[in-house]
Amino acid sequence: MFNYYNPTVTAMLYRAEITIKLKNGMLDPEATTIKNALKHLGYECQSVKQAATYELEFTADSRASATDLVNGMCQRLLANPIIHDYDVRITEQSRRDR
Amino acid sequence: MNIAILRFGGSNCDLDVQKALNNLGVGAELVWYKETLKNYDGAIIPGGFSYGDYLRAGAIAARTKIMQSVAQMAADGKPILGICNGAQILSESHLVPGTFTLNQYPKFICKWVKLRTVGKSPFTDLTNAIVDLPIAHKEGRYVVDPLLLKELYENDQVVFKYVDENGRPTLAANPNGSLDNIAGISNLEKNVLAMMPHPERASEKLLGSTDGDAIFESMVRYIKAL
Repeated sequence: MFNYYNPTVTAMLYRAEITIKLKNGMLDPEATTIKNALKHLGYECQSVKQAATYELEFTADSRASATDLVNGMCQRLLANPIIHDYDVRITEQSRRDR
Repeated sequence: MNIAILRFGGSNCDLDVQKALNNLGVGAELVWYKETLKNYDGAIIPGGFSYGDYLRAGAIAARTKIMQSVAQMAADGKPILGICNGAQILSESHLVPGTFTLNQYPKFICKWVKLRTVGKSPFTDLTNAIVDLPIAHKEGRYVVDPLLLKELYENDQVVFKYVDENGRPTLAANPNGSLDNIAGISNLEKNVLAMMPHPERASEKLLGSTDGDAIFESMVRYIKAL
């Protein structure tokens, strides 16, 4: 039967913080340049790594589906699996009845 | 014969490629990415800066609908050539193995290089020929899982390498830090070639070299033989 209103189905607003970084051992010429520039200023670092961060807000039915969505975004566009690893942090923003 | 030259927002070598093909008497049509790819004999994705190189060079263009048609053309065995940004788009589309990323010296490089044709390819009728072509890129360093590299050589998928005047792939001859001096890579079936150097910029005597013509001529011969 079709439910015109089903209060048990809810959509939640999620926030995802995605960090895309080069895999360990990958050459990172920009980070090397930054490391050298820091050295010029007197800051000697053993290593410098660079990463891109994306902050997204979107609705999903559950935390599991939010995680699936974000993994899809990373694998299909945001990261290049040949050179990148990614980390995802998902937080629930609010609850809204659909 | 009719070859499609794809255009995205930011493509800028499209007219050069068309002129190079027309000079050889080959028909070539410019196809805007929102149009549908009709029955073309082959396709060339020219250089430029599609979508401003946002995210990664070629990443956005690779996710456009027209690239699904290009993948279908590739599956049908038609020749697909990606030059510079076109090569980046092909790698981002996973139509060739590996990827092209930021140069080892992380700046834009524009210079003439020497290349040696390595594996057998429909785009290079001569193996072990040395050609002069220009490069112009910031993200041209070829990267692939080193465990795959042996397989790529065994399957003749490495098509071009940066070499010195004696044809040796030396460190000094490698302009961007590409793995094993690789400048051009093809798919397993060989009908898709992604190359960073620009053959269309070496297609007239006035430009300093006509070595690029050999690549377009090889592509045309391959189409005629299909």
